[in-house]
Amino acid sequence: MTEGTGNGAGTSVKLARKDFQSDQEVRWCPGCGDYGILTAIQLLLPETGVKPENLVFVSGIGCAARLPYYMNTYGVHSIHGRAPAVATGVALARPDLDVWVIGGDGDMLSIGGNHLIHALRRNVNLKILMFNNQIYGLTKGQYSPTSEVGKITKSTPFGSLDHPFNPVSIALGAEASFVARTHDMDRKHMTEMFRRAHEHQGAAFVEVYQNCNVFNDGAFDTILNKDARPDMLIDLKHGQPVRFGTEGQHGVMMNAFGEAKIVEVADVGEDKLVVHDETRVDPSLAFALSRLADHPETPTPVGVFRAVDRPAYGASMQQQLVAAVERSGPGDLRALLRSAPTWTVE
Amino acid sequence: MTVEATSARGPETLPQVVIRFAGDSGDGMQLVGDRFTELSAMFGNDLATLPDFPAEIRAPAGTIAGVSAFQVHISDHDIVTPGDTPNVLVAMNPAALKANLRDLAPGSTLLINADTFEQRNLDKAGYAQNPLNDGSLAAFRVYEIPMTSITVEATKPLGVKPRDAERSKNFFALGLICWMYTRPTEPLVDWIKKRFASRPEVFEANVAAFRAGFNFGETAELFDHAFEIKPAPLPPGEYRQITGNVALSYGLVAAAQAAKLPLFYASYPITPASDILHELSKLKNFGVKTLQAEDEISAAGIAIGAAFAGNLAITGTSGPGVDLKSEAVGLAVSLELPMIVIDVQRGGPSTGLPTKTEQADLLLAMYGRHGEAPLPIVAASSPSDCFAAAFEAARIAIKYRTPVMLLTDGYLANGAEPWVLPDVDALPDISVPFATEPNHGDEFWPYLRDPETLARPWAIPGTPGLMHRVGGIEKEDGTGNISYDPENHDRMTRLRAAKVAGIANDIPLVDVDDPGGADFLVLSWGGTWGATTEATRRIRLRGKLIAHAHLRHLNPFPRDLGEVLHRYSKVLVPELNLGQLSKLVRAEFLVDAQSYTRVAGVPFHAAEIENKILEMMQS
Ligand code: SF4
Repeated sequence: MTEGTGNGAGTSVKLARKDFQSDQEVRWCPGCGDYGILTAIQLLLPETGVKPENLVFVSGIGCAARLPYYMNTYGVHSIHGRAPAVATGVALARPDLDVWVIGGDGDMLSIGGNHLIHALRRNVNLKILMFNNQIYGLTKGQYSPTSEVGKITKSTPFGSLDHPFNPVSIALGAEASFVARTHDMDRKHMTEMFRRAHEHQGAAFVEVYQNCNVFNDGAFDTILNKDARPDMLIDLKHGQPVRFGTEGQHGVMMNAFGEAKIVEVADVGEDKLVVHDETRVDPSLAFALSRLADHPETPTPVGVFRAVDRPAYGASMQQQLVAAVERSGPGDLRALLRSAPTWTVE
Repeated sequence: MTVEATSARGPETLPQVVIRFAGDSGDGMQLVGDRFTELSAMFGNDLATLPDFPAEIRAPAGTIAGVSAFQVHISDHDIVTPGDTPNVLVAMNPAALKANLRDLAPGSTLLINADTFEQRNLDKAGYAQNPLNDGSLAAFRVYEIPMTSITVEATKPLGVKPRDAERSKNFFALGLICWMYTRPTEPLVDWIKKRFASRPEVFEANVAAFRAGFNFGETAELFDHAFEIKPAPLPPGEYRQITGNVALSYGLVAAAQAAKLPLFYASYPITPASDILHELSKLKNFGVKTLQAEDEISAAGIAIGAAFAGNLAITGTSGPGVDLKSEAVGLAVSLELPMIVIDVQRGGPSTGLPTKTEQADLLLAMYGRHGEAPLPIVAASSPSDCFAAAFEAARIAIKYRTPVMLLTDGYLANGAEPWVLPDVDALPDISVPFATEPNHGDEFWPYLRDPETLARPWAIPGTPGLMHRVGGIEKEDGTGNISYDPENHDRMTRLRAAKVAGIANDIPLVDVDDPGGADFLVLSWGGTWGATTEATRRIRLRGKLIAHAHLRHLNPFPRDLGEVLHRYSKVLVPELNLGQLSKLVRAEFLVDAQSYTRVAGVPFHAAEIENKILEMMQS
């Protein structure tokens, strides 16, 4: 029960999407981006070979956080912001399980920001999917920690004064060993990012741009509209020069300050472009790339920013227990009670 | 202090003595107090201790705020408190004298480190005049001893520099006290040797200081004789000395073994609970997992996750941490998962008095969550009782799949007493089976309850066919699916309450200590057990009738508590708060329970309760 790789023991029986669907009616608003994300997860899981009973989906509060109810797996719909903590408990108690954390930008970056960064820092074996819709949906439309400055919402009738977070930058700053970004308009890309996250040993953070068509419709249109995508999405590919545009005419170059800058390939030549390396131990390159778009209105990188090997917390914890038994033998309660001087009264 | 035998040379036998070591935080008073306690325990005395240290790690040296004290009560008979007033005060500097003098009765003995009574230290302590010269100590037996200079002299042959030598003066004081109370010295020397094995020069200096103190008593002719406190006729068994926090940690380990579950402890450092985390984090070879979380909320969340995954999950803290965990504890109530929340109570509100004791979190434990969120509450009564209390909390949590609040306090946590070691083979099996099969046709309903305990099944991830989702939203009775149905919410609220209330059938009836005929009952809970017990003993020695009942279970109460309370015309509830248990029993049983309260950061003196009882007996 305590052994295992932590990404769910495999199965020989071929499972299908329906094996991961619960009998509960999905209750997001019609047209919500969450539907597509749920589908991508449910389509991916049968391919991974993980058994439904070895999966645990943990969430906090918010629209995204309802997802566990729709999964035919184990699930905990916990309290606002605390999903990474609850999931940490599940994953460390049972390193054999395949544990996913689902939440939104308010849940994970506002009320639960502390838990998120510490789960990433510890490298707990969790697949953390953050659905970023840049708004509070469940509470009916207040600005979120990823909303742009000046945003008019119910709680900011004169415009928000808050500078937004860049979730990928946060994750990188929090020492995350796996960081990726995807969006709800491209199931193939989403599935690929979730698959990569799933294969990663340790904490994997995936930001998913998600459209809230009720309270923040079209927030990502500038970059995600079909015609806009070629020029606005920078698809990061490990080992390849960072290029984008219909003809691959744009590219990314590092300047003398270590900042990533968008350039025209024709102006600088391909060999000046930065070659993406998601495995760099130093997160500077990934961080520089994450800073390309302050906000998803200018060309924005998607894909895997960083994927490095670092011991997963659960495995290290397990090793300490094993080492302790090797060193001092299995715990003996009788001896423990006598670990201080004793005396006998006849 | 009655004198049983006196001889000019041999030691005078005393039934008991209360000694308080007081000095600057840097003077090592806790250490010598601990040592004296252990020597006395090994010698066979009964004892109880009361450490009292400042919240600051190093408050300004020489000031009242920086005074650290350790009180130990040793006796030749069964005792239950660390003693009301010290018979002997060791004062290592003027501040220590000033801070502690008010607790002393006239005629008590003062052992004073005279070297420190110079202008600078007197100023820092706020003495306008030197109390050694102004006659203000006339009511006491004062011994002015130049402890620092003798220590420096005694260690000089070892080549120890005077400044380093000074640090050993606490061992001088300990040596002197060991002579005064005829303690065996060899175990102490062995201990110093072991403790300072890596620093032989420190070892030698401390031993030299200790011997100098011991010899000073013997040769200085200040004292006409030493004293002796014979071993106490304690119940037979194998004993050790233990503090509450260590006993609690061991109780959790024992419970995990008896429940056949891995133990998971998630906690955030907080005084006075951190020692539980320290203790458990050593026990990795027991399979104990500990995690120092990023905050109190996370620690509670991690425990909930571990519980869901099938561990015996615990989070420990003090009052401020309970405030922060409240929402998560409410979730655990709703998820109906086993979990223990330890509250080592300290003075509040807010940061309050971090190192001082109080019992003011009872109503917080009882009601400190939004909505109707009842949970069982178990409280420990003495340092060693923390073992049994922890075991009981685990038993209830596992059997009823509920968070349990386990209350101790700063006094119990750090206080020490001899403990007769339990027979680990005789500990009851408290394991419950995990669910492995569908329970409703071929479906699994996570909220289909056991008809007797009302506990829901504990189906842990990894179990095929029992996949289910739980959450904080109201659940439909049985299926556990989300339900906003008003009738269902009413039913579920009552079911959760009934489950907790039903535990009353699974705990002992009130154990009333009534020799017969009393119409006055003292009702205590938690750490006031000792002082209340001692107070009622004294009342009986005065030839009066008094009954005493002590509560281990605060929620639910033992099912006969109301009936017991109504048997007495007078009921007194002494508490270190402003009347929390008295409020509960008055509300629950319509009984005219009188409240006697104090929130001074220290345990009750037995005399305080004794006087209150006498006063009420007169009225
Ligand atoms: S409010 Fe927005 S995020 Fe929430 S379900 Fe509706 S569309 Fe989706």
